[in-house]
Amino acid sequence: MRWLAGVFALCMALSGLVRAEVAEVYDFDTRAEEQRYQQLISELRCPKCQNQNIADSNAPISKDMRDEVYRMMQGGSSNDEIVGALVDRFGEFVQYKPPVDNRTILLWAFPAIATIGGFLIVVGVVWRARGRDDEPPLSSEDRARAEQILASNGDKTERP
Amino acid sequence: MKRIFLFLPLLIALGVGIFLFAGLGKDPTKLESVLIGKPVPDFRLESLEDADTSLTPSVFQGEVSLLNVWAEWCPACWDEHGYLMFLAKEQGIRIVGLNYKDQRETAFRFLNRLGNPYETIIFDPKGTLGFDLGVYGAPETFVIDANGVVRYRHVGVVNQAVWDDVLKPEVQKARRES
Repeated sequence: MRWLAGVFALCMALSGLVRAEVAEVYDFDTRAEEQRYQQLISELRCPKCQNQNIADSNAPISKDMRDEVYRMMQGGSSNDEIVGALVDRFGEFVQYKPPVDNRTILLWAFPAIATIGGFLIVVGVVWRARGRDDEPPLSSEDRARAEQILASNGDKTERP
Repeated sequence: MKRIFLFLPLLIALGVGIFLFAGLGKDPTKLESVLIGKPVPDFRLESLEDADTSLTPSVFQGEVSLLNVWAEWCPACWDEHGYLMFLAKEQGIRIVGLNYKDQRETAFRFLNRLGNPYETIIFDPKGTLGFDLGVYGAPETFVIDANGVVRYRHVGVVNQAVWDDVLKPEVQKARRES
């Protein structure tokens, strides 16, 4: 059994060597610029991979896209211009945050619709439950009958 | 009357089911090109065969062509090459090659081994034209009309089925219209 623990320890020790990493390093003049770059690449989607942003992806196309983002940032382009340039080449697929327009309005509005819908259902359920409380209390005749029934039941159970 | 509401969950489940079922057959790895209906992006790149000749979008003027993006390092390009040879030699289709992120040496080795179906080959070692075309995985094949406008983009291998069902109709349409 001890050798198994040894193999495990060896595997753990070597696992540090095989982690994949996005290797290139870019220089930015300011910390804000670097954060802007990180923000941009985390919101752009790799067209080759199915669900990865270009910040995490090692695909060559993602590297090309990061290079382009960096190049355009150095050229003084705005975020919209950079995202627009990539969308013009690869399509809206590369945007994790699609623009709000007629086609995407349902997508964007759905959380609000779901929240409001759920709220209305809760309000409806509570309202109906309240309504039940408002039912007229027992009439005196019903009360007398009920007490009679309870009393007779009590007699039955007390009987040996 | 209230009984109708009991069927609401069933209706919602059916609606969601139909919506999801419609998406089942689609291949999420194939994206439609945004360049369709637009001219080929501007470029000036060397010809693979001759470094002194520079090629521009004018190579697409005058005749409907296929633009095939390939590289020696791309395994699927080896697979489809035989069919491209057939299209060029037997069917007389004009194919322009875009040698993508490759080296001259390896590209020539590839062509010497498998044959050359291309009328002309654009050499794009840095992948700049590929990037402008939105190429995200070789092989890709574009249908370009006689005015140099992109008509269609196919991602993946070209074979008999793809040619018959997809590319041939697009080529014929482009020929009729230009």
